[in-house]
Amino acid sequence: MSAPDKTRIRFYQTGSFAVGGRLLDPEQRSVQAEGERTNAITCGHRACQGCGEALGARYALDAAVRAAQGRVIAANATGCLEVFSTPYPETSWQIPWVHSLFGNAPAVATGIAAALKAKGREDVRVIGQGGDGGTVDIGFGCLSGMFERGDDVLYLCYDNEGYMNTGVQRSGATPPAARTATTQAVGAEPGNVFGQGKSAPLIAMAHEIPYVATATVAELRDLEQKVEAAMELHGPRYIHVFVPCPLGWGSASSDTIRLARLAKETGIFPVFEARDGVVSGVSKIRRRLPVEEYLRPQRRFAHLFGDPGRPDVVARIQAGADRNIARFGLLEDEGEGR
Amino acid sequence: MKLGELSPCEFVNVESEFAAMSVAIGASAAGARAYTATASQGLLFMVEAVYNAAGLGLPIVMTVANRAIGAPINIWNDHSDAMSQRDSGWIQLYAETNQEALDLHIQAFRLAEELSTPVMVCMDGFILTHAYEEVEMPAQADVDAFLPAFEPRQVLDPDEPVTIGAMVGPEAFTEVKILQHYKQMLALDRIPEIAADFQRAFGRDSGGLVRPYRTEDAETIVVALGSVLGTIEEAVDELREEGVRIGALALTSFRPFPLDAVRAALEHATNVVVLEKALAVGIGGIVTSNVRLALSGLPIHGSTVIAGLGGRPITQRSLRDLFLRAHAGELESLSFLDADWGLVERELQRMSQMQRSGPHAENILRDVGAVAHKAV
Amino acid sequence: MFEVRIHGRGGQGVVTAAEMLSLAAFDEGRHAQAFPSFGSERNGAPVVSFCRIDDRPIRSREPVAEPDALLIQDPTLLHQVDVFAGLKPDGYLLVNTARSFAELGLGDFVAGRPAQRLLTVPASDLAREHTGRPVANAALLAGFAALSGLLSLASVELAIREKLPARVAEGNVLAARDAHAWVVDEMRELADAPTG
Repeated sequence: MSAPDKTRIRFYQTGSFAVGGRLLDPEQRSVQAEGERTNAITCGHRACQGCGEALGARYALDAAVRAAQGRVIAANATGCLEVFSTPYPETSWQIPWVHSLFGNAPAVATGIAAALKAKGREDVRVIGQGGDGGTVDIGFGCLSGMFERGDDVLYLCYDNEGYMNTGVQRSGATPPAARTATTQAVGAEPGNVFGQGKSAPLIAMAHEIPYVATATVAELRDLEQKVEAAMELHGPRYIHVFVPCPLGWGSASSDTIRLARLAKETGIFPVFEARDGVVSGVSKIRRRLPVEEYLRPQRRFAHLFGDPGRPDVVARIQAGADRNIARFGLLEDEGEGR
Repeated sequence: MKLGELSPCEFVNVESEFAAMSVAIGASAAGARAYTATASQGLLFMVEAVYNAAGLGLPIVMTVANRAIGAPINIWNDHSDAMSQRDSGWIQLYAETNQEALDLHIQAFRLAEELSTPVMVCMDGFILTHAYEEVEMPAQADVDAFLPAFEPRQVLDPDEPVTIGAMVGPEAFTEVKILQHYKQMLALDRIPEIAADFQRAFGRDSGGLVRPYRTEDAETIVVALGSVLGTIEEAVDELREEGVRIGALALTSFRPFPLDAVRAALEHATNVVVLEKALAVGIGGIVTSNVRLALSGLPIHGSTVIAGLGGRPITQRSLRDLFLRAHAGELESLSFLDADWGLVERELQRMSQMQRSGPHAENILRDVGAVAHKAV
Repeated sequence: MFEVRIHGRGGQGVVTAAEMLSLAAFDEGRHAQAFPSFGSERNGAPVVSFCRIDDRPIRSREPVAEPDALLIQDPTLLHQVDVFAGLKPDGYLLVNTARSFAELGLGDFVAGRPAQRLLTVPASDLAREHTGRPVANAALLAGFAALSGLLSLASVELAIREKLPARVAEGNVLAARDAHAWVVDEMRELADAPTG
């Protein structure tokens, strides 16, 4: 399947490259445009309104299920996705799905892959998934082990930048200055500390695994394509999906897509692909915006914009975004990209 | 495995014990027979997944090569590791010899898969795991005949999608736990039945709930688990020759705890000594509290002896002295076999002079003046 | 029950020696159990291993405190570790050395013990001759078989072949035969020597 040529289809009324499925050739349409789609995670779950994770998981999993002709098993870490999808005695999962612990989804996925191999079920593909807490913090050892062993698992991290399910605590993916229950907006350096946290995608790349990508729920076709690209490969693969959380971020439910897009367009969240440890493509910023545009709609950053506000802190966040832009070549005139 | 002699099989080298149990959970949930082994700190590192495997009812079998838990760091044998997991929901079987360890593993898979519950086979670290002794290896065909192919009721399979590991709230959590307990109660019947089947198939008396040794007319009975039973039996024989009516009771199954079998084996005794290789700091004996429950209401003099902690040898000579004191009704309710009380008292003395927090182990080592441990 | 304690250093095959001894006994239809002292896996560290041999199944698991026989694989331990602790008055002693008890400073210790049960054998030299390496465990065991009469040389050879990798087994078997012959000769000399 060839990649859709996005540059020819501009829909300025939405300010994005989003297109309705009907305007594309059938093979280029979103999985969600298909009446036959699996609904891997079906309706009736308990996610909040505007939940980025529910949206990202549905698109990613349905794309994976289509790529594997329906032969997918998922291992899920503890977290929002697990809790809202399986309130006893109901389940939203229409694929075989297992939840074990907060920190072991990658290892459980490894075990499933090993069992399938031993049983000669090479048609069935394995997905591990979790939020940022279960992935970049608690489950990080298991994730790294799964990577370095070369296990045949696609791991999906839905990053909403904190422990939202447990009451919005800081994680290793919480951005600087963000207010959480454990990084209060008080003192000289309000919110989360600068200089902490880690980039799981870059660390994944350091394992030189076949495929690493980042994506956001603002560009769901891009997410689907990355899942499809990952499913064409074997071995450990990692996709880090940026999923705004209205509850934890203090944003409007209707702003989930907009915030995801702003994160990309400001350079806060670089969207890229890497193969065998080398960046192989970046999604260019189409219309560069100051980080303030992204920060202002979120109450977790409200302390930066009061009276007198903290323009110095905003400037530091801007400097971080600028570093991302330079590092990944996110502007149109810088380097190769899509 | 690499040579294809064990096929089909996958061997996964993991980064931690936590991952080891997690891989076993995934493999078992996907319908494969899963096994791992650990000891000591490794068992503690995987504890969260140990409980999870039991809660999910996955029939994983794990060897625990029993060893001490630090700090102070100590690599030698005792039962602190497995005892810490007595309430994890795993069945716990304790082997007396390497032959029994082998036999228990075969029985463990059958038990685990029949009851859909994981089984821990505990064998004394170093004392058994590093011993070289004769073991009869059963033929693969005989094991296959004894242990049917693993065909779980529910597996992760795209042909029949299921959700495993869903959240269960207050409305049903109690019932799930009752079922877990019920399965262990079923195991009280199945463990001896499987042991009997095993004896029919392989001709060896291995496993079961408890194993009495010369207890019929015994006034004093020593209760213990694992490889120390061998040395205890030697001491019992020695005392029997001198006319002392003493016997021993091996607890092969510690979880489920065979209350009725223990009571039946001990109820006629005057003195019951529980020899434990673990110490529940703050109360004393762990096995003892279980044995006392079994003996509720009986006029039996019970005592706990903590022995063999961190690899201290348990000698027949010390056991003999201990048993004689127990038989004479002179044993205090809690004692420590071959403890160096002088060492303890000197540190207590130092503590009383300076009431501040700080490590004891280093003081005690300095006191012992031990650079290297003694030869024997 | 016959209990043996072997002293040596990490890397000298002390644990393997006890295991080979148990194999040899097992080959002769006896029950046997071998185990190491634990926690001293460094090369060069003093290591102790144990072997019990009996005609009935062996139940005891305690370390051997009062050995019937003592094998010293590394004579540099003699004055560092209390290797003789608990050796029974009529116990066997075999030391791997080209020197005599007197030269080792053990004259007082061996005096008063049955001379027929105490010997030295240059097992390292014999091993080096046949294997190129001074790993004395197999040769020392064969010497012990000759000294004690507990086992045949054939059983020791069987155990060596069972336990050691093929590339070193044959050399060790030759070293074992030489050590066995050496001890047999020494014992004949002792028997022939005037007592007193």
